[in-house]
Amino acid sequence: MKIKIYYERCNLCKECINKCPFGAIEIKENRIVINDNCTLCGLCIKICPQKAIEKEKEEIKEIDLSEYKGIWFFVETKNGEIASVSYEMLTASKKLKKKLNEEICGICFGKNLKDKVNGLIKRGANKIYLIEDDIFCEFKEEIYAKSLAYLIEKYKPNIVLAAATMLGRSFIPSVAVKVKTGLTADCTDIDIDEKAGLLIQTRPTFGGNLMAKIICERHRPQMATIRPKIFDPANEEENINGEIIEEKINFKIDDKINICGKEKIENIVDLQEAEIIVSGGRGLKEGKNFEIIQELANLLGGAVGASRAAVDSGWIEYPHQVGQTGKTVKPKIYIACGISGAIQHLAGMQTSDYIIAINKDPDAPIFKVANLGVVGDLFEVLPILIKKIKEQGGK
Amino acid sequence: MKIIVCIKQVPEGVDVKVDPITKRIIREGVKSIINPYDLYAIEEGIRLKERFGGQTWVISMGPLQAESAIREAIGMGIDNGILLSDKKFAGSDTLATSYTLSLGIKKIGDFDIIICGRETLDGSTGQVGPGIAEHLGVPYITYVSKIVDIRENEIECIRLMEDHYEIIKTKLPVLMTVIKEINEPRIPSLKNMLRAKKIEIPIWNAEQLEGNDQFFGQDGSPTKVIDVWTQTIKKDGRKIEGDPEVLAEEILKELKKLGVL
Ligand SMILES: Cc1cc2nc3c(=O)[nH]c(=O)nc-3n(C[C@H](O)[C@H](O)[C@@H](O)COP(=O)(O)OP(=O)(O)OC[C@H]3O[C@@H](n4cnc5c(N)ncnc54)[C@H](O)[C@@H]3O)c2cc1C
Ligand SMILES: Nc1ncnc2c1ncn2[C@@H]1O[C@H](COP(=O)(O)O)[C@@H](O)[C@H]1O
Repeated sequence: MKIKIYYERCNLCKECINKCPFGAIEIKENRIVINDNCTLCGLCIKICPQKAIEKEKEEIKEIDLSEYKGIWFFVETKNGEIASVSYEMLTASKKLKKKLNEEICGICFGKNLKDKVNGLIKRGANKIYLIEDDIFCEFKEEIYAKSLAYLIEKYKPNIVLAAATMLGRSFIPSVAVKVKTGLTADCTDIDIDEKAGLLIQTRPTFGGNLMAKIICERHRPQMATIRPKIFDPANEEENINGEIIEEKINFKIDDKINICGKEKIENIVDLQEAEIIVSGGRGLKEGKNFEIIQELANLLGGAVGASRAAVDSGWIEYPHQVGQTGKTVKPKIYIACGISGAIQHLAGMQTSDYIIAINKDPDAPIFKVANLGVVGDLFEVLPILIKKIKEQGGK
Repeated sequence: MKIIVCIKQVPEGVDVKVDPITKRIIREGVKSIINPYDLYAIEEGIRLKERFGGQTWVISMGPLQAESAIREAIGMGIDNGILLSDKKFAGSDTLATSYTLSLGIKKIGDFDIIICGRETLDGSTGQVGPGIAEHLGVPYITYVSKIVDIRENEIECIRLMEDHYEIIKTKLPVLMTVIKEINEPRIPSLKNMLRAKKIEIPIWNAEQLEGNDQFFGQDGSPTKVIDVWTQTIKKDGRKIEGDPEVLAEEILKELKKLGVL
């Protein structure tokens, strides 16, 4: 909103100046002017005897919200397969459908995916919009963003969800800018407010210490990225009723990014997807002791994490770092070994379902978030634990 | 070469408090710092200048006090700073923030590289970098871990994805968001701090940015925070001490209970 003064009607009666609660109106060069104190409360508009003050008309063309229908989720693929997070997004969509009763559509880009997306229909998707094209073989933000924006503009969905993976977080923000709508990041819960029919999006900030509820009232679609591992993957359903709709790229894509090489990161089971993470910190004393951590992780079928101290000491590579400047993880079990639990580390792991901490300092802050705090020397406890697990024949 | 670094001032630490009645984040008594990720962005900007020549800028949108963050960046070695500040910018979400910053960047003009942090400590959306690029219509690369080279207007860099690194080449101009792995931020030098103290930092308001008012601040923000609350993550955990053999046995029992073994 903006205030507009029609000077031809104003007779400088000063009524507005006297009544403005904020001292925001003054006379300059024989004219009423509104200064920086204005809070747009609108009182002056109401009281002006000459009707010389008006609300400037908003030029935003109000969109017809009822035109927008459908719950969409982006189907992320990985090495040509449907990524497990995509089934989680389907579960999230199904949760919304219970209250919203709009159809669930998956959006999928890639090659040779027709059979694979059938799995989504079996699990409850009503439609899959599929674009098969060689240009999707490499993930490039501009190509993915433009294609998704194209479909959004064509079919006008009410809600668009995507996983808050590195891929989702990379390209979804530019989709939201292209279609000029809001985007809520990293949600840990979503729901429908039944009265208003709005998407209620809950997300953590400040490393999980502050939770916020966010809505997107006047813009469509309502878009959100959702953290992996919040929703379980969708199960198959009995009464399935879905179709695959093939779309084509019939627009120009100006692709300036050139991917000239890829290097796999050794030993990294995707930390954000791992159900179990065994992490090591400064308490490991030297890099080669990460072998114990790796061994335990292997036995449990988990991934290896690390504190910043361990990464900064050069004991393990950065992609393993958990915490504020590393990854935020939420596994079923997090085992912290020799990690003091600085607030920056806690920020990245404290929402794990179950935390086991091994530290020889009984006052280490890590114990504040641990479900099971083990006060002891990791070099004594871990080898015994490993032996015991092996005796049982492992996992 | 012209390098523009986007920085945000944030409250220090993640231990926030919320006023139970007004639902506002309590900022009094909390020190403001440069968003930790943005230190890597600043450092990389300075290093690019050292390697390839040119000039460096920092730009920030925020209240007047954000000027101190800009001075700090100049203390580290950045050449110039701009603050975008106007009551009209208040209440911006990432769409409005990236719009406003893109106007500021356009006004600085002729940029080759824009560097943003990976995400912020407070909002932590990571959406502003890609948003700016989209508004400006330049390509962008997220999660950059290394800038290999810049030659004949082409940049080669390495970016991190979930389980691999990618080597990427693209023509300038480009926007990138950087991760911690890229460098180790320097401490401000005495000489630069003196310069930072004296330098004039222009403040640009909505009018000077010549944008469309309806896209600034709250009006231009589709998302609305309707509730905030703090979450104390206090586990009703138990602590055990004693013989390593017994401790290991306890962990084993727990893992079995959790269904892992
Ligand atoms: C609790 C809470 C939740 C929020 N959730 C959302 C949400 O889900 N969606 C949404 O759209 N908005 C949200 N916002 C608003 C949003 O956080 C900020 O208002 C927005 O201005 C900046 O976004 P960010 O802090 O997430 O920045 P990010 O996108 O995380 O920042 C990335 C980088 O962009 C640059 N940058 C960011 N802000 C500035 C700035 N002001 N000046 C210069 N450079 C900058 C920096 O280089 C930074 O490292 C939320 C705010 C709060 C308090
Ligand atoms: N042998 C050890 N076993 C268990 N904890 C240890 C050992 N040595 C050091 N620590 C702890 O490791 C922590 C270092 O953590 P950080 O600095 O976060 O990596 C400190 O809290 C120490 O108490």
